[in-house]
Amino acid sequence: MSSHYEAPIRKPLVIGDKTYHDVTVDIAAPVEGRANKQWWTVFLISLAAFLWGLGCIIYTISTGIGTWGLNKTVGWAWDITNFVWWVGIGHAGTLISAVLLLFRQRWRMAINRSAEAMTIFSVVQAGLFPIIHMGRPWLGYWVLPIPNQFGSLWVNFNSPLLWDVFAISTYLSVSLVFWWTGLLPDFAMLRDRAVTPFTKRIYSILSFGWSGRAKDWQRFEEVSLVLAGLATPLVLSVHTIVSFDFATSVIPGWHTTIFPPYFVAGAVFSGFAMVNTLLIIMRKVSNMEAYITIQHIELMNIIIMITGSIVGVAYITELFVAWYSGVEYEQYAFLNRATGPYWWAYWSMMTCNVFSPQFMWFKKLRTSIMFSFIISIVVNIGMWFERFVIIVTSLHRDYLPSSWTMFSPTFVDIGIYIGTIGFFFVLFLLYARTFPVIAQAEVKTILKSSGENYKREREANKNSHHDHH
Amino acid sequence: MSSNKKYWKSVEELNGSSIVETLKQNEFAEPLPVDQFLGDKEALASSSTTRRDFLKYVGFSTAAASLAACEGPVHKAIPYVVQPEQIIPGVAEYYATTAFDGFDFANILVKTREGRPIKIENNNMPGAKFSANARVHASVLSMYDSLRLKNPKIGGKSVSWSDVDARVKMGLDDAKARGGQVVILTGTLASPSTEKLVNEFIARTPNARHVVYDAVSSSEALDAYEMAYGQRALVDYDFSKANLIVSVGADFLGDWQGGGYDSGYAKGRIPQQGKMSRHFQFEANMSLSGANADKRVPMSVADQKQALVKIYNIITGQSVGTTKIAAEDQVTKAAQQLKAAGSKGVLVCGIDDKNAQLLVLAINQALSSEAFVGAPARMVRKGSNAAVKQLIDDMKADKVHTLIMSGVNPVYTLPDASDFVVGLKKTKMSVAFSMKEDETASMTTIAAAAPHYLESWNDHMFTSGSYALTQPTIRPLFNTRQFQDALLTWTGYNGSFYDYIKANSSAYTAGSSWNQVLHDGVIATAAAGPSAGTVNAAAAASALAAAKKQGEFELVIYTKTGMGDGQQANNPWLQELPDPITRVSWDNYATVSKADAEKLGISNWVVADGGLNGGYISLTVGNATLERVPVIVQPGQAPGTIGLSLGYGRKAALKEAMQTGVNAYALYKGFNSVQPVSVKKADGTHEFACVQSQKTLMGRGDIIKETTLDVYNKENAEVWNPIPVVSLDHKETPVTKVDLWESFDRSVGHHFNLSIDLNACTGCGACVIACHAENNVPVVGKEEVRRSRDMHWLRIDRYYSSEDTFKQDVQKKEEMDGLFGEKGSLGGFGQMEEPADNPQVAFQPVMCQHCNHAPCETVCPVAATSHSRQGHNHMAYNRCVGTRYCANNCPYKVRRFNWFLYAQNDEFDFHMNDDLGRMVLNPDVNVRSRGVMEKCSFCVQLTQEVILRAKKDGRPVKKDEFYVACSAACSSGALVFGDVNAKEDEVAKLSQSDRSYHLLEHVGTKPNVFYHVKVRNV
Repeated sequence: MSSHYEAPIRKPLVIGDKTYHDVTVDIAAPVEGRANKQWWTVFLISLAAFLWGLGCIIYTISTGIGTWGLNKTVGWAWDITNFVWWVGIGHAGTLISAVLLLFRQRWRMAINRSAEAMTIFSVVQAGLFPIIHMGRPWLGYWVLPIPNQFGSLWVNFNSPLLWDVFAISTYLSVSLVFWWTGLLPDFAMLRDRAVTPFTKRIYSILSFGWSGRAKDWQRFEEVSLVLAGLATPLVLSVHTIVSFDFATSVIPGWHTTIFPPYFVAGAVFSGFAMVNTLLIIMRKVSNMEAYITIQHIELMNIIIMITGSIVGVAYITELFVAWYSGVEYEQYAFLNRATGPYWWAYWSMMTCNVFSPQFMWFKKLRTSIMFSFIISIVVNIGMWFERFVIIVTSLHRDYLPSSWTMFSPTFVDIGIYIGTIGFFFVLFLLYARTFPVIAQAEVKTILKSSGENYKREREANKNSHHDHH
Repeated sequence: MSSNKKYWKSVEELNGSSIVETLKQNEFAEPLPVDQFLGDKEALASSSTTRRDFLKYVGFSTAAASLAACEGPVHKAIPYVVQPEQIIPGVAEYYATTAFDGFDFANILVKTREGRPIKIENNNMPGAKFSANARVHASVLSMYDSLRLKNPKIGGKSVSWSDVDARVKMGLDDAKARGGQVVILTGTLASPSTEKLVNEFIARTPNARHVVYDAVSSSEALDAYEMAYGQRALVDYDFSKANLIVSVGADFLGDWQGGGYDSGYAKGRIPQQGKMSRHFQFEANMSLSGANADKRVPMSVADQKQALVKIYNIITGQSVGTTKIAAEDQVTKAAQQLKAAGSKGVLVCGIDDKNAQLLVLAINQALSSEAFVGAPARMVRKGSNAAVKQLIDDMKADKVHTLIMSGVNPVYTLPDASDFVVGLKKTKMSVAFSMKEDETASMTTIAAAAPHYLESWNDHMFTSGSYALTQPTIRPLFNTRQFQDALLTWTGYNGSFYDYIKANSSAYTAGSSWNQVLHDGVIATAAAGPSAGTVNAAAAASALAAAKKQGEFELVIYTKTGMGDGQQANNPWLQELPDPITRVSWDNYATVSKADAEKLGISNWVVADGGLNGGYISLTVGNATLERVPVIVQPGQAPGTIGLSLGYGRKAALKEAMQTGVNAYALYKGFNSVQPVSVKKADGTHEFACVQSQKTLMGRGDIIKETTLDVYNKENAEVWNPIPVVSLDHKETPVTKVDLWESFDRSVGHHFNLSIDLNACTGCGACVIACHAENNVPVVGKEEVRRSRDMHWLRIDRYYSSEDTFKQDVQKKEEMDGLFGEKGSLGGFGQMEEPADNPQVAFQPVMCQHCNHAPCETVCPVAATSHSRQGHNHMAYNRCVGTRYCANNCPYKVRRFNWFLYAQNDEFDFHMNDDLGRMVLNPDVNVRSRGVMEKCSFCVQLTQEVILRAKKDGRPVKKDEFYVACSAACSSGALVFGDVNAKEDEVAKLSQSDRSYHLLEHVGTKPNVFYHVKVRNV
């Protein structure tokens, strides 16, 4: 059992007396059981928000972007704020499943499925905004370099927005493939347990005919590794490219070389916070406490603390560079951020993103489920403000004072944002009821090394072994 | 040159083989197998296509074809049955004509396309002195006003003109029988033929008289001039001849005595050979003139009267006793410099007081001012306050039987309109010639539908020594008749007013011909300045010095650049034109000094969406009260004075959106622009539509570079016009020498540049309207302007200094040290957002800068905006998907997004929402749909037209032949457009001037628009 050996000092990743069968039953339970009242309540609220957002989107597209609060000076506000926010949230999924896979972090196994689901669902939300923020979204396909009948007209490869198109679409497709690959053995498990021909048929299709032969497993492992290798650069590239939207511009407050690392750190930060938000609820509702343990939450809290601090350093660096540059436009942009009409947004950002994660230095706090949950929400509020601050406060007072103005959202701006949150939860709740929310096949591989009972047994054996000597 | 190339398809053809010939004759290489197909009955019978299938196919294809044909709206175009000789579709025709509506006047060219006037341009022929202001530029749209009076009406019912004639004849006969007065009430006519005609009518009609009424009166100045020179006219000053201009309350760059002085003024303002004019302004409201002055002193009108007497004392050496005023030193300084300037100085004054106006004549006579002596008489204002008062009294006393009005709207414009209405009801017959069923025309017996000046014949004499013709540029759109034609009919003259003018014109067209004058629009005749007049100035000075301040506040009534006297209130272009000073559109308001506002507890503030809000006050003059007048806290407003503009608050025959503001005519008592007023704070919050909420320049001296004449003359350009430097290989390098990209060779072909001289620009706004008209810029309405969504392609930024001067602002910014403390930037920038109590003002027209390294071009994902070989930054509307990234990345914020559909949308019920209003659209420029970005195109349609015309004529483009709408509209010479590669072009020379700089040069955008450092003569 040497392959199952894990140092006793490591905390168990599966709690309780779990057998392989228990794992199967526990993870299949939400799919096979019936939805409870809470699920329906949350689902219906999310659906209502989604439909309201859909209504706002239809209103926007049929009437014009004028239904939003934008103006001649502030051409982007909530639209791109939401876009960057959702893309950022997506990052944790890829980081957990790809980077932690390469680093052989076993604790990722309990959370990677849901984190990746979150990635895909949030990228879907993010992808909405670049389309609907267009004045003429029905011509949105013009941003694709497709053969056309407009003569030699081609897209503008200089434009960061075009890079976004490639970055986001690549990200979505790689994430989706990676996610699905991991799902194959688990779908097969559900297929094998299915009692009605219909569900059997569906899961059979979804599992792509997984047979469970050794060759299947070997290929599965190989593909996972290759995809992890492919996805890892994406963790860095996607948000780097998103940050180029701003960094390559000439607007003070946008034109900043620090943006790529700063955006990536921020993205991981907000993504982990969102994973925490979702999993703290899910482990309770779907009875997954044995698999998503305090240990998992604590590790994620540590990442939140570290990335939060990186973001904090980036904020301070920005201020320093503005001062050090000696460029008055640059200096004013940052002075205005902190003390201008949108000071409240700036200080909300600072409080939520830089100060609040520092509580995680205390073990008591980072192992408190309630506190972790609150901080995870606070962090995402802060990260939304970060993007709002970058976009709106830079634009609303740029070079020529004659064009300075303010931005205020309309009900449509707010409605669409709430709508995407609704849409996200509709997708996630449906996922939680139909997909195996934990990569049970993977968890089973560590059950004997990291399962609490096996660890205990091993310790006991070791001790008894000693006794024999 | 003929080509000897030969094209061939095969070697046989090249060699002329006979087989080729044979084949050519034979269309089908093989005989068609018709018999084989139709002859074979068996095959036909066994064919699987049955008759029913065949019918199905036919049915399907017919249905499909007709469905496909249903796509797209059907536009009906009616071709000419007989092609008019001169009209070539797609080619513009220009007609010289003359605009005069009793208030605004200009010598203009009218651009027509396919027979419809679409734009007003300046007439640059010799003798054409008066260029179009913003309102004249906009007047073409007023012709296409859908709420015009389309038929004559009697008692509100549409009738024919013969009914009107019969009714008038009956009325005039009745007047004759009863011996009642017949009064013709018109605005100033300034038309020799009309005046002659009116006199003829009066001669034939017993008890008839002519009363001239100017809604905005210059009666006191006219009285003074009449007293001195025996002629009811005004002085037509020539400011270009003045080195020193002292204005006491005269907004001569605005509408003072008719206006039209900016081109002469601007000539003297451009430093040449180290010299430029110096301008002192003593005034209450912050006016355009004050904003352009080298030294502006805010001063109540009561103090202005004292100041004028003091200046009079110094110039003429008299010692009329005056009361001490606060700005004693400034006045003395100005007067001494004026005296020193002698004949190179001029003094003007806007006080509505005959004594003050007499002093002006006396002072200028004493100076032998070149701008004044020998200046022609200006005849654009002739109204008499006394005659109007007499008329109203007569009407109330039931002495007036018949009142015939033309070009006036007294029910709206009279301060005591209710008296007039009482009198009007007592008349037996009243006729109002009006383009609209306005306040007056809706109360008269006959509302006589009058044509627009672009549909009329007329002649004008604006100043002595000029004669101008007005000709129609389109057939009357409606069943209208000119006042003059009606008079001719009623006096029994056979023929039209055209014949009458033609017969009458020979006196003025000597040395030329009718056709020539009609072609040129204007002829300069022998200028006859007024004969030497005498002024009893001493008595006037004493009387003026004795004038006492009345009331707690002085209400100083003025006219706004956009609205003037209010005739064109239904013109959306003018409603949306931001005021050059306050930059507020769609409103009038009380301007209050900061000190008074604090006392009254009133303020302005910017709300979350960037909109400007303000409190209300109510104003009471005598028995008249204006409730809830919105307040703008105006930097530079003299404490103790309140400004309020005329021309707003109209309701009749106006679209709902245009019913803006309050009617200040109610307070214009005795036609005096200064009124004692009592002020009370009123409840509520007003929502303004202001396009610029940040008032100051924040010490950003590189945006508007300025210097003083002294420094400009003595120092090198590096001192007062430094080029920003960047570090390149650790060496300071001028930013103009640094390039991220490999530059194209831009020395070949045309390369367009626009030069903007900040010294010459007065901020008059004519270019803004010209741009509107040329480029079909949409009007978005008050709510949208308030939300910072105005669509102007060209805006004129106005900045106030926060310290007393802009220079001190820059100094203050540079001396900032640390974040906190007295010199800390945290507090410092906050203070700099507030304008000074009497700030310096600077104007800066900003449009797309057409950067050679345009930040907008690199970020568009679909390449909808890209650069041309000729320096344009193009915008392909059809390609635009509307990401707005370009607008965000524009350092100049000149890009405008179509937030909604602005044409044919009931939500935006302006001219583009009705068929008539859309006739003004320029067919060379498309109307943008919703969701696309738009911006200044450097009028690419105009530059292309010039190029094509030259090409067609087989010649190179002539010197300075290129123009754009704004440069053509600019009468002060501030905007000059041309080809920098054509070394002869004016703009090529200007680009080499040491005053030229690019806006935000340090960003490295390399714009094709450049500015000239503003030089102040302080």
